[in-house]
Amino acid sequence: MLAALIMLPLIGAVVTWLIPSDRLRPIALSVFACGHLGVTLRLLIATPPPSAGGWFNLDALGKIVLLSTSVLFFFCAIYSIGYLAYRLERSNRVLCIGLLICLSAASMVTITHHLGLLWVALETTTISMTPLIYFNRNARSIEATWKYLLICSVGVALALIGLYFLAYATIVAGVEPSLLLDDLIRDADKLSSGWVHAAFVFLLVGFGSKMGLAPLHTWKPDAYGESPGLVGAMLAGGLVNLAFLSLLRVYQLCLATREIAFFQNALVVMGLFSMIMAAIFMARQADFKRMLAYSSVEHVGIMAVALGLGGKAVFGALFHILANGLTKGVLFLSSGNIHRSYNSKSTDHVRGALRRLPWSGGIFLAGFIAITGSPPFAPFISEFTVVSSAFIDGRYMVGALFLISLGIIFIGMALTVLPMVMGEVPEDSEVTSYRDTLWTVGPPLGLLLMVFLLGVWIPAPLMTILQEGAALLEVHP
Amino acid sequence: MITIADQLLVLVLLINFVVLGTSRLIFSIRAVAVQGVILGILPALIHPFSWHLVGIISMILVTKGAVIPLLLNRAMRSAGIKREVEPFLGYVPTLLLGAVFTALSFGFAGKLPMLAEHQNYMFVPASIATLMTGFLILTTRRKAISQVLGYLVLENGIFIFGLLLAEAMPIMVEAGALLDLLVGTFVMGIVINHISREFSSLDTSRLTSLKEE
Repeated sequence: MLAALIMLPLIGAVVTWLIPSDRLRPIALSVFACGHLGVTLRLLIATPPPSAGGWFNLDALGKIVLLSTSVLFFFCAIYSIGYLAYRLERSNRVLCIGLLICLSAASMVTITHHLGLLWVALETTTISMTPLIYFNRNARSIEATWKYLLICSVGVALALIGLYFLAYATIVAGVEPSLLLDDLIRDADKLSSGWVHAAFVFLLVGFGSKMGLAPLHTWKPDAYGESPGLVGAMLAGGLVNLAFLSLLRVYQLCLATREIAFFQNALVVMGLFSMIMAAIFMARQADFKRMLAYSSVEHVGIMAVALGLGGKAVFGALFHILANGLTKGVLFLSSGNIHRSYNSKSTDHVRGALRRLPWSGGIFLAGFIAITGSPPFAPFISEFTVVSSAFIDGRYMVGALFLISLGIIFIGMALTVLPMVMGEVPEDSEVTSYRDTLWTVGPPLGLLLMVFLLGVWIPAPLMTILQEGAALLEVHP
Repeated sequence: MITIADQLLVLVLLINFVVLGTSRLIFSIRAVAVQGVILGILPALIHPFSWHLVGIISMILVTKGAVIPLLLNRAMRSAGIKREVEPFLGYVPTLLLGAVFTALSFGFAGKLPMLAEHQNYMFVPASIATLMTGFLILTTRRKAISQVLGYLVLENGIFIFGLLLAEAMPIMVEAGALLDLLVGTFVMGIVINHISREFSSLDTSRLTSLKEE
């Protein structure tokens, strides 16, 4: 079954490559996405034991990220049927192949316990997404692509040297050289602390830049702003979580080596800095896709703070993987519709979206309410967990800064979103052929429903997985 | 053999400064190619002979010594540029910074415990100094080609450290590094081509339409 998870998207990539029609290709994409989701659900119910000497081991943390990636990909694939029908002016072959290769590599990241393999898979996701950001083929998108490729490649290269340091630490310690997570955790006490410390710094910077934690976030607004809505959704809701999972693996190691206090402090500082940067740049943002990118910077910040706080907040971090991933899908897909309809992503031109596109406008508004942490949506639960556990643990400064940033971000985002959806459509607004249809509205609506459901009721099996995951990240005194 | 390896590493460090100090792109491309070739020879000096080793070395020599320089040369000619003009930080300051980083990396490496058989070599300081040099080039240069060169130097730094692990680690990590270099450079090469078509130059500082006001 694990092999199917990796192979199915790869077969899909070959099939979409062979299909000559731009109209049929998204349908094939959806079929394979559906199959992948099926395999994922099957694996969550009947989890196979670790295989290949511990290289493949789908644990609770992997399950959470796999589930959120697979669900998001499924909805994005369905959406592509409706969306790409409006983009027939250029071939979508590279887009479909890139998405499927990325899905395969993403699945690999979630199921492997070998840090070297995890690194290769993560690098593959970065590279397979590069041509997708350049889908629009103009000067602005090439700039975004260049920044994305350069910063992410350097980040992943730094993560590699971090892994080399870890491997060398095992050699110096005289234990069997290995990059298997379980071996490293077992031998953690014997590893030399100098090498391990250096390794953690490089891994944090490396995976942090891939995740978009400030100050390594500068590629994000450009890449998210210039890529098509569905690519933005996969970047903000999928790739971010994969990088976070990699950080979780490092966190597990830190727990074992007793370097955890240092790593936690670094996470809290970077997380809060990300939230503050997002709050500053969110205000008066005239481009709604860039605004969503800063919202993504904010939410990786939230996840980092939650992880850094430890204790109960870790549950919030894990739940936020799902909550943020799915809500980002809602926002990017519906904003893609609005972009198509107005042929502009500047709030100077986009006004009265609720009148022009009652469905997309309404979903976008609901998505905004959800992502800013209002009940009854899922992000409320995770953010509330983090704040309350910060105050319970007596981390008043962290809790206060967290709340203040959330407040400023709410106001900043509202100042962009409300004029967009409310009011009258400008007289001179461009009229395009885009109309809301079931294919373009259904997927974001489906995602929104899930975000709502998770906000009011967490199914028992999912709750078990989340709690198992949190147990893996518990600090043992 | 080991003393030769150490002398080659000194050469690698010197090439770092050559790349930091020159404005002629063709010269930088050649210098980085030479650095790649030296790194390709290194494994032959410290590991016993095997066909597997021969395969890896010839792959490194072909990619780093021939394919990548050719790609970059072609990109340079098609864009019609010869020099790095007005880097964000001048050549003298970057050279000085490079010297500081190199000194720091020797200090850093001295503090870390090493295996007895690696005790007396410069692998670790050379690796970290080269890594930092790559980072410096990446952040201070304007031209896309220079930035790719910076990335390559950074990769070279990682490669030097990888030599320490080559025996202990499975081939996968090695192959991963090479794959990364190969794919990364090819994709970067393609992006460079598109940049030169869109902007008819390879100056990344002209990529500013997305700046925040």
